[in-house]
Amino acid sequence: MFYREAGDFKTSYVEDGQTFPIRFDRYRYYFVLAVAFGIVPFFINDYWANAILLPFLIYAIAAIGLNILTGYCGQVSLGTGGFMAVGAYSCYKLMTAFPDVSMFIHVLLAGGITALVGVVFGLPSLRIKGFYLAVATLAAQFFLVWLFNRVAWFYNYSASGQINAPEREVFGIIITGPNATSTAAYLFCLIFLVASALVARNLTRGTIGRTWMAIRDMDIAAEIIGVNPLRAKLTAFAVSSFFVGISGALFFAVYLGAVEVGEAFGIQKSFLVLFMIIIGGLGSIFGSFAGAAFLVLLPVALKVFGVDIMGWPTDIVAHFQLVIVGGLIILFLILEPHGLAQLWRVAKEKLRLWPFPH
Amino acid sequence: MLDQTEGYITEDGRKIGGVVMEMKNITLRFGGVVAIKDISFDIREGEIRAIIGPNGAGKSSMLNVISGFYVPQEGEVWFRGAPRPQMKPYQVAQQGIARTFQNIALFEGMSVLDNVMTGRLTQMDASLWKQALWKWGGAEKEEVANREIAEKIIDFLEIQNIRKTPVARLPYGLKKRVELARALAAEPKLLLLDEPMAGMNVEEKEDMSRFILDVNDEFGTTIALIEHDMGVVMDLSDRVVVMDYGKKIGDGTPDEVRSNQDVIDAYLGVSHD
Repeated sequence: MFYREAGDFKTSYVEDGQTFPIRFDRYRYYFVLAVAFGIVPFFINDYWANAILLPFLIYAIAAIGLNILTGYCGQVSLGTGGFMAVGAYSCYKLMTAFPDVSMFIHVLLAGGITALVGVVFGLPSLRIKGFYLAVATLAAQFFLVWLFNRVAWFYNYSASGQINAPEREVFGIIITGPNATSTAAYLFCLIFLVASALVARNLTRGTIGRTWMAIRDMDIAAEIIGVNPLRAKLTAFAVSSFFVGISGALFFAVYLGAVEVGEAFGIQKSFLVLFMIIIGGLGSIFGSFAGAAFLVLLPVALKVFGVDIMGWPTDIVAHFQLVIVGGLIILFLILEPHGLAQLWRVAKEKLRLWPFPH
Repeated sequence: MLDQTEGYITEDGRKIGGVVMEMKNITLRFGGVVAIKDISFDIREGEIRAIIGPNGAGKSSMLNVISGFYVPQEGEVWFRGAPRPQMKPYQVAQQGIARTFQNIALFEGMSVLDNVMTGRLTQMDASLWKQALWKWGGAEKEEVANREIAEKIIDFLEIQNIRKTPVARLPYGLKKRVELARALAAEPKLLLLDEPMAGMNVEEKEDMSRFILDVNDEFGTTIALIEHDMGVVMDLSDRVVVMDYGKKIGDGTPDEVRSNQDVIDAYLGVSHD
């Protein structure tokens, strides 16, 4: 009833191009931001932060990154885990080499380094497409994990081969290490997520986003109207890897604290993020959030339902989770290839007409 | 009537300028097949130039040579008084040559407005950083300025009511019009139309003809088009090139071409003894 464009007249192109054209959506967005920044930090505890909020925030950044590459530019990538590892290890090297520099800068630099690595591994995309490109990025995944396992310089020659996040701070607040509070960690990741989403939205609605989508939809026509395919694909790889690198750095430094590369950034991670954007919705920023939330919440919900309420053994519930995720992927690919984001759009279309659909 | 440098005035009073594009002895081969054999012709500023010929005559190949998809084995393409070095299609687009395709090549996943805005690409140059910051980087200002031009073209082609519709949902005739809009959005110096009226009914053809004439008249855009409908070609174009089996068999005003014996033979068929 109140979810309408009617009476909300757009008188400039700026207003017409805004992210939430319907007033109600806009208020909802401000409301969510206010709750996330103003209310959640006061009620957060370690369980909520570690089981749900931190993984959601961090995976959402990774999903935004992969969505830019796969959803917007149409280049399938299975190297997300490897690029997250680049972010994590470059963050680790920066943290240990420059202990006095703010974590903000470390994480951003880690993203920048990952962007460069992403561009290098994006070069084959100029020649190969589709499945073959997926296999090429798979090679990046295995190569990067192998590299971080084998070259001791990356983990500072530690005996275990792991990397451990030392205690680092931002403006005097401890963000990483065992003494960091969950509130600080949550807010730190939240700031990165909000900034990433804003930047991703800005890029995808402007010229560069249109060149990516043009390459995705029809590369020959894109070239004929002046899109340089080399530039378009490599910027997509760079921007995508930048976000993935940031998420990798946060995943290691803020969330896990200690990382063994094969375990934390293996091929399963690549698939997990890919599933997030497939279930959430390809080519949609909101879809990245929805997919990340869904796949982070699903195991938790299943555990609460299966173990705590029904009293089933833990291992059965864990296996159930694999079955359900697999089934959902197939269902989404068949029934709704545009994912949760499309369901959301359809729901909004309906809501706009409700309660008089004719 | 034809002055080499000065151009001429058409019967309906439009002024045609000097030569914009000149094809000099173009030969294009695919392996053993000769698609274009030693063809030369010019396109003058402000005129509507048609390339006609039976199926397989090499018309589309010619257009692909102009837009940079094919590189001819022999011959030169002169654009605005200078020979054009070998270029990628996107560089040709940046020089101010836009085109449409015989089989529509729109971006199906994007809205009509986004498709037209993509056509503005060669005119927009906000860097990645500026775009990431949007309002604070100045990208929004550029977007709005270009949106205004895109909207003018949308108005001009009378597709306002579908501007936010995804292209995949549109019928064929409208898709053709959106494709023309996208090409026009680049404000091209030379517009190439590959069978703009293929598969249309009479009414849609009339609409499209009117748009082509209006574009030429109002924006002064030079147009080169390929078309099969002889009536349309003879009515629209100022000069016509006729191709057959990769060779040029006629070149001149519609009336000259119509009375050319080779052209009549090619179209009506003649026994090759």
